[in-house]
Amino acid sequence: MHIVVPLKQSPDLVEELEVNAEGNDIDRQGLKLQVSEWDEQALEEALCLKEASGANVTAITADWGGADLVLFTALAKGADRALKLVGDFSTTMLDNHRLARALASTVEQLGANLVLTGVQSVEDLDGQIPVLLAAMLGWPHVSVVTGVELTADAAQVKQEHSGGLVAELEVKLPAVLGVQAARRAPRYAPVSKVRQMQKGAKLEQLSVAAQDAGSGLKVRRVFKPQVAARAEILEGTAEEIAAKLLAVLRERGLSL
Amino acid sequence: MTGDVYVVVEHWNGTIAEVSFELLGLGRQLAQASGGKLHALVLGPEAKEVAAACGAADVTICVEHDALAGFSPEAHITQLAAILKDRSPAFTLVSNTSKGMDVAPALAVALKVPVVTNVAAVAVNDGAIVATSQLYGGKIAVEAELAGGRAVLSLLAGAFPADHGKSAGAGAIETVVPAAQLGGSRVAFKRLIEAEASDVDISKQEILVTVGRGIQDKDNLPVVQELADALGCPLCASRPLVDAGWLPKSRQVGKSGVTVKPKIYLAIGLSGAPEHVQGMKDATTIIAVNSDPKAPIFDVAHFGVVADLFDVVPALTEKVRELRG
Ligand SMILES: Cc1cc2nc3c(=O)[nH]c(=O)nc-3n(C[C@H](O)[C@H](O)[C@H](O)COP(=O)(O)OP(=O)(O)OC[C@H]3O[C@@H](n4cnc5c(N)ncnc54)[C@H](O)[C@@H]3O)c2cc1C
Ligand SMILES: Nc1ncnc2c1ncn2[C@@H]1O[C@H](COP(=O)(O)O)[C@@H](O)[C@H]1O
Repeated sequence: MHIVVPLKQSPDLVEELEVNAEGNDIDRQGLKLQVSEWDEQALEEALCLKEASGANVTAITADWGGADLVLFTALAKGADRALKLVGDFSTTMLDNHRLARALASTVEQLGANLVLTGVQSVEDLDGQIPVLLAAMLGWPHVSVVTGVELTADAAQVKQEHSGGLVAELEVKLPAVLGVQAARRAPRYAPVSKVRQMQKGAKLEQLSVAAQDAGSGLKVRRVFKPQVAARAEILEGTAEEIAAKLLAVLRERGLSL
Repeated sequence: MTGDVYVVVEHWNGTIAEVSFELLGLGRQLAQASGGKLHALVLGPEAKEVAAACGAADVTICVEHDALAGFSPEAHITQLAAILKDRSPAFTLVSNTSKGMDVAPALAVALKVPVVTNVAAVAVNDGAIVATSQLYGGKIAVEAELAGGRAVLSLLAGAFPADHGKSAGAGAIETVVPAAQLGGSRVAFKRLIEAEASDVDISKQEILVTVGRGIQDKDNLPVVQELADALGCPLCASRPLVDAGWLPKSRQVGKSGVTVKPKIYLAIGLSGAPEHVQGMKDATTIIAVNSDPKAPIFDVAHFGVVADLFDVVPALTEKVRELRG
């Protein structure tokens, strides 16, 4: 069993995001990137599957800054191989089609049986990678997955729907699954182990050919939504705010 | 190409999802603008029952097949693509739910048309389709223009009024023969798993205190639990806290949790991501406490406090306790 986990570097939402001068993207200069939180879940699930049934796990990421650390960290956590996609990704943020094509050819070359992606990242406009990737590979897929069990040629998965509904599905392999939550909280890679990987381990590289822009989308404008200024802001010391809040609570229906 | 609009109707065991009415309402508008007809697409053994609720559509297309029971992404995509391929609709509207996340991009690939997800608004300007999406947890919006005048759009639940999609009328019913390939689906729907029994039903409460990642550590939970206790209401949470196992799934508010409409909703240390907001935006009074003045939660809140929750919450708990004696 060979499981590929694509990891995406995306902006940390705790940081203030700005729009670039052209108004067609966020300002990526000096932007702090981190592995998308759901990719951490996907990697964790892959490593759990490896521990349970002896799969091989390959972490891959597009090289748009910080890729090496991401991959060494994945190795430190227990991934078997790490691979960096090198190429021109300058317009990929709003063109998932293009990136999905690059990932599809990589997955084919690696000969994987299963791809575990994060369910989504915070910057989807053009579809989402897992579904586009599956469509391009001609494989089945399931999104919003919260549990995976493997047999020789199939995966039993749980898919979450609105309102807390959970469905059980059987998916023939090879397949792409978009992971929402792993069976346990993602493990932590000790810094010493990451250092050890940085010194000793080898990262593989794969050049991806220039891809046609494929999404058919043109970005007109990127902007910060006008805060509706709906909220009436209560100010003062903690004590004063608490008093104001209590007044609101009582006026709005709290019976004491 | 036609100006027709197709809405993929979502239902579970014959019960139509509210978001589908929102899509039908929007679809009606778009069909008017592009001079086409509004079609509802209903898949599954219960299709005919569900079609009765789709009176807002000119035509409701029903496909009944066992492979379409429950939800198998592959079977649904195969069937929808088979129907839509020859019809060249201007718009195919899908809800941005789990089902929609599976279906929208795959349909776009099959139909060779652009797709935009997370859509909160749609306009047609001089023949060009312009979709506005919410990205980065609602912090950034993007207007995208779609080439070719055709598109699959995946729409955020709650972004469009549902009333316009509800109609007592009855459109035409068209029954479509299931696609031959359905038998070979590689994804088999097995069953729905019953939710675990829970001590409280958070959808039936008058007051809720909900905590997000701002609480930082499980050990800090008593800070908000004490407020909930003083107010006599359950403590709820955003998804990450539930995934971490800090609170049970039955206390999760949002897209993949419970939809709530209490009289008072206290949102403490949560950012207001679209997936969360979807589950609580209809609360009568929303009060948000967040240290970041730009947090999107302040867009939906009626009252906001820009402060450290660890200062404000204990002070409020104290005040409530004093009053309650
Ligand atoms: C398919 C899918 C379904 C999902 N379903 C759900 C769902 O049902 N429900 C749900 O909630 N999420 C859901 N999510 C997750 C959602 O996208 C967000 O990741 C999540 O809601 C964020 O939770 P949060 O607001 O607690 O955390 P964050 O976004 O990290 O926000 C934490 C907030 O706390 C504030 N803060 C930090 N410290 C303090 C302090 N000391 N005092 C005050 N404020 C502070 C910060 O400013 C920040 O705004 C879903 C995601 C996907 C992909
Ligand atoms: N640049 C990238 N490199 C590797 N994997 C990616 C990249 N972008 C997206 N992915 C994968 O696709 C998933 C969904 O991303 P997105 O389509 O951006 O929502 C992520 O969770 C990753 O697993």
